[in-house]
Amino acid sequence: MSIVFEKRLKSSRIAGILTPVLSFLLALVFCSFILLAFGIDPIEAFSVMVDGAFGSTYALTETMVKAIPLMLTGLGVAIAFRMLFWNIGAEGQLALGGIAASYVALFMSDYLPGATVLPLMILLGALAGAIWGLIPALLKSYLGVNEILTTLMMNYIAILLVEYLYLGPWRDPDGYGFPGTAPFPEAAWLPRLTGRVHAGIIIAIIAAVVMWFILSRTRWGYEIRLIGENRNAARYTGVSITKNLVLVMLLSGGLAGIAGVAEVAGLTRRLYGLTVGYGYTAIIVAWLAALNPWGVIMVAFLMAGLLVGGDQLQIAMQTPAAVSEVLQGAILFFVLGSSIFANYRIRIKRTPRLAPGASDE
Amino acid sequence: MNEAFVVSILAITIRAGISLLYATLGEIFTERSGILNLGVEGIMVMGAATAFAVSYHSDSAWLGVLAALLVGGLMALLHAFLSITLRADQTVSGLALTIFGTGLASFMGQRLGPGGTTMVGLQGPSFERFPLPLLSKIPYIGMSVFNQDILAYILYLLIPILWFYLYKTQAGLHLRAVGEKPQAADAMGINVARTRYLYTVFGGMLIGLAGAHLSMAYLQGWAENITGGRGWIAIALVIFAMWDPVRAMVGAVLFGGINALQFRMQAAGATIPSSFLNMMPYLFTIIVLVVITAYERIGKRIGAPAALGLPFAREEKG
Repeated sequence: MSIVFEKRLKSSRIAGILTPVLSFLLALVFCSFILLAFGIDPIEAFSVMVDGAFGSTYALTETMVKAIPLMLTGLGVAIAFRMLFWNIGAEGQLALGGIAASYVALFMSDYLPGATVLPLMILLGALAGAIWGLIPALLKSYLGVNEILTTLMMNYIAILLVEYLYLGPWRDPDGYGFPGTAPFPEAAWLPRLTGRVHAGIIIAIIAAVVMWFILSRTRWGYEIRLIGENRNAARYTGVSITKNLVLVMLLSGGLAGIAGVAEVAGLTRRLYGLTVGYGYTAIIVAWLAALNPWGVIMVAFLMAGLLVGGDQLQIAMQTPAAVSEVLQGAILFFVLGSSIFANYRIRIKRTPRLAPGASDE
Repeated sequence: MNEAFVVSILAITIRAGISLLYATLGEIFTERSGILNLGVEGIMVMGAATAFAVSYHSDSAWLGVLAALLVGGLMALLHAFLSITLRADQTVSGLALTIFGTGLASFMGQRLGPGGTTMVGLQGPSFERFPLPLLSKIPYIGMSVFNQDILAYILYLLIPILWFYLYKTQAGLHLRAVGEKPQAADAMGINVARTRYLYTVFGGMLIGLAGAHLSMAYLQGWAENITGGRGWIAIALVIFAMWDPVRAMVGAVLFGGINALQFRMQAAGATIPSSFLNMMPYLFTIIVLVVITAYERIGKRIGAPAALGLPFAREEKG
């Protein structure tokens, strides 16, 4: 008797819907044991988290605030992952976007007509993020340098660069020695809609629409999907992998850059503490959303809830907020582990035999 | 150059390189079996956290090491289960391991001090440096290479052993076969899945030990983000080393040297801001990757095991 995995021709739709839900529940159970091991009541902890993230209007708006950068970086990561380019560098691309926007707000806005400040911040922020994403893409396509490592190393560099700027030359001279730049002039503020929720949410949703359109309605989107699904087929049909890689990474880095712009212009209104890990959570968002733009919007909201809930946990129960990171990792494990049920049919065979002429997949 | 200066530079270089080399060796053995484990950073930081917590509370440095080996092995086992048995995407599984490990280590760091407080700033048992008799009398290298901690000396022994194992023993041959041509290895009667499990877990244990060296010997204490990307640099070093344990040593010394240089310049009050000095290892990693990849291309050398990152299933063979 043996267990046999038979590859499904098309992944199972029911399994595709059921597995994320089940994975989430299993991850909760798994993390409950971890919490119990640390002497924390998991039921109480999870209810504090849910209440803190979704339990009131204030909670919902705070969740929305954190969802904005997750949506933008998640969309960027998702489109890169679509063509199997492992862009782990959203964090750094976001940082560069924030730096460029801050430069405009701090040093150029005095010389510009008020109405042009924000558009210029978004434009230059997107450009800076795009360039930060372009470097690994060029290194990959012309030299074959591993993009996971280059994007990651560039994150570390970008994070240090942000710190250098707001602790060093860009530090607010009137800030009594506290870290952070001077507050931005009002022309550089992204308008707020409700609570601390700013117009970044509108940009994120527009980005999702554009991305959905590109992926499902244009030839470019078709090429991206083809490269991701079958690189050789793409090559034989004359699709340029280099060209697509460059364009996708400009878009991916640009979206993360805009996330950085939205953070400094919409939320902090100055440059300070920009890199808090959204770029890494974006990887989970993109993967859980199955790289689908609408999925990214939804999952980003849920993951933001997890982050806000984690913060609440720290305030209410003095439980480290890192719980939400542990949960994120666990969810990803279970989703990964269960994807086999969507892609394979599992059978128990009585007598193992080699099927003649079995294809080598 | 006077001897004292050379000795001090060399000593820091090696000291900084030890944990990198443990992690690199662990990843080399993992990748040689065909499994790509991108969870090095997460395993390493967990190794550092558990080693420190266990040794602090048990007052035994060696129990800390044991705990780090155990945690490293367990985390790698999880990765092995996902990528070998469940055939999950190895890239994403490794990333998940890193996110999970970073989170859990940070959680532990804030909870496992005395009475549920932080571990930051605590002083626990540690591995101190001691000169080896006779060898430490050699000029220049004596008081640098042979004046290190016990984990470093174990590593010195481990490098030739691992090299010999990999290239000169039957088991090493099987390991390489599984990473290069799993179908052929399977036909030879080697259990591909079991081999991969074995070396992924072994690699994880070494990576856990790398973390233990950080929190118990090199930095002697716990700090959030104690690894600071060292796990990722180790993965880059695997490429630099072209999957060879001895060449990995060269890489670790090179990166240890960068660290030493960084310390020196900081101590000398260099006019370069410390942020830029701290960027050096990351920038250098990119440069090294570019150079080595270009070199491999020109030399038409393919260093990576042919089946790296690809799942293997018996039923699917031709």
